[in-house]
Amino acid sequence: MELTDKHHPLARRPFEQDRETTRPLLARPGSEASFLFLARFIIASALLVLLVLVGSVVYDGFSRLSLSFLTSFPSRKAENAGILAAWTGSAWLLFLTIIFALPLGVGAAVYLEEYAKKSRATRLIELCIANLAGVPSVIYGLLGLQVFVRALSFERSVLSGSLTLALLVLPIIIMASREALRTVPKGYREGALALGATRWQTTWTQVLPVALPGIATGCILAFSRAIGETAPLITLGALTYVAQVPDSMFAPFTALPIQAFNWLSRPQPEFHVNAAAAITVLLSFMIALNLIAMVLRSKFQRRQR
Amino acid sequence: MTRNSRKALRIKEKIIELLLSLCSSVSVLTTLGIIAVLSIESIFFFREVSLTQLFFDTEWTPLFLDKHFGIWPLIAGTILTSAIALALSVPAGLVIAVYVSEFAHERTRAFLKPILELLAGIPTIVYGYFALLVITPALQIIFPEMGSFNALSAGIAMGVMILPMMASLSEDAIYTVPKSLREGAYALGASKLQMILGAVLPGAVGGITAAVILSAARAVGETMIVAIAAGQQPLFHFNPLQPVETMTAYIVQVSLGDTPHGTLEYHTLFAVAMMLFLLTMVLNIVSLRIGERFKRMYR
Repeated sequence: MELTDKHHPLARRPFEQDRETTRPLLARPGSEASFLFLARFIIASALLVLLVLVGSVVYDGFSRLSLSFLTSFPSRKAENAGILAAWTGSAWLLFLTIIFALPLGVGAAVYLEEYAKKSRATRLIELCIANLAGVPSVIYGLLGLQVFVRALSFERSVLSGSLTLALLVLPIIIMASREALRTVPKGYREGALALGATRWQTTWTQVLPVALPGIATGCILAFSRAIGETAPLITLGALTYVAQVPDSMFAPFTALPIQAFNWLSRPQPEFHVNAAAAITVLLSFMIALNLIAMVLRSKFQRRQR
Repeated sequence: MTRNSRKALRIKEKIIELLLSLCSSVSVLTTLGIIAVLSIESIFFFREVSLTQLFFDTEWTPLFLDKHFGIWPLIAGTILTSAIALALSVPAGLVIAVYVSEFAHERTRAFLKPILELLAGIPTIVYGYFALLVITPALQIIFPEMGSFNALSAGIAMGVMILPMMASLSEDAIYTVPKSLREGAYALGASKLQMILGAVLPGAVGGITAAVILSAARAVGETMIVAIAAGQQPLFHFNPLQPVETMTAYIVQVSLGDTPHGTLEYHTLFAVAMMLFLLTMVLNIVSLRIGERFKRMYR
């Protein structure tokens, strides 16, 4: 068949055709400058929003931060209330979530990158992971409610909460770890295999150590997301009023974001100040985690060069 | 190496491989678990409420004495807040993506990327706080009749939250467009902006569509911002200055109350979650498909 210009796939796009409609506007000498102005304006406003976002919370909450705020239980009087139960609960959640999610996530990533052959089963696993990454977090809460709280009768404990959060961050950990494993040059594996190492020996002694900083970065970001999550813990039925420090995995708990949400949903402005202070504590912890991740990543990139 | 130790080694290898494959099967189990939990409880719901009641009633009052189960108020609330969020984040995200990939210096890029990541990593409760106590009071200066709970400020906060994801996914898409297309456009005498609008953006349209759909899925599933700032009144309207209740906010509302296990109210939780799950899953799969086809196009 003879292809005329019209049939060519690129024929729809040439400037010849668009000239009448687009040229007058775009050929104006100022158009690029005005685009740059627009772009810089948007970026500046995004930065401004980030500043106001963090700034307003810290500004509102800073006056409330004190040692007694960190060491008191919630109270009906806003000025006596504290976040002892909340931050200890968050610490417990973080600790257990790491224990559950880290080996599972890295193990799954190692399997998919180093072991799995291209098969239907592998494809299914990958599809599930990609899908789970997009499932809204409230739905994980309902899963946890039915499976961990009811079916396994762990009740509304730290254990149920952290298992739910572990499932929630698992896809993120798997994807980040796979990314890190993929950056390890093929030669490392081939070298070890050629020397007679088994696949696991190769993975354990050659591949994992090289990928470790990358895996760590991804995991830290995933766990910093886990301690900021509110919705799944609310659907799980985490309590909003807890006056005890969790002493075991089976203890009832509350967490920093839940405490903040509880205070925020009250009408009195004094409690909003408490919420701001609780969020400030949460944010400083997360920023610390993010800084660690950034340092690790820059080290990782330097080593690769 | 003796034959026995070699055999032991081989068994150990097999066990390790099995353990690792079990790790990766957890994701399949989680997916199945979600589907099972939502379907089982939704069946109880549909035993008492018919599909006609669900889709041909315009009132949602399962927690009242006079119960109505029309889902539309929740869907309208979800669409309204998500639309506001996308109206903000899609154009702004695209402009940022074009700027970062085509105009910005390497230094600006190295400075912007971590900031975008930081913005993406902030817990949603902070955005909720921002919407309720910063955006709403600011908007009340312009719209004095606006209440303290409304769809607009929740939508705006959500838009800011989605912006980093939209920008970074579109930047990836733009980055995928091969150099030859750009050079072709230049060779035809295009200016830089013409090259971007005429060659780069049309070339990246698949990846950008995937990014928009993924952002939409994220907006539909967002919970805390709307639960805090949009109110909890399931009203059927599209007025951004009025309070609305989204599907996710309803789930939070019921979870916070002491709804006894096994009641109809309890089952509504799972019916709504089922719809939410189906909606986000369709969006995710469509986005994934488009994204994959887009990447294959330039391979």
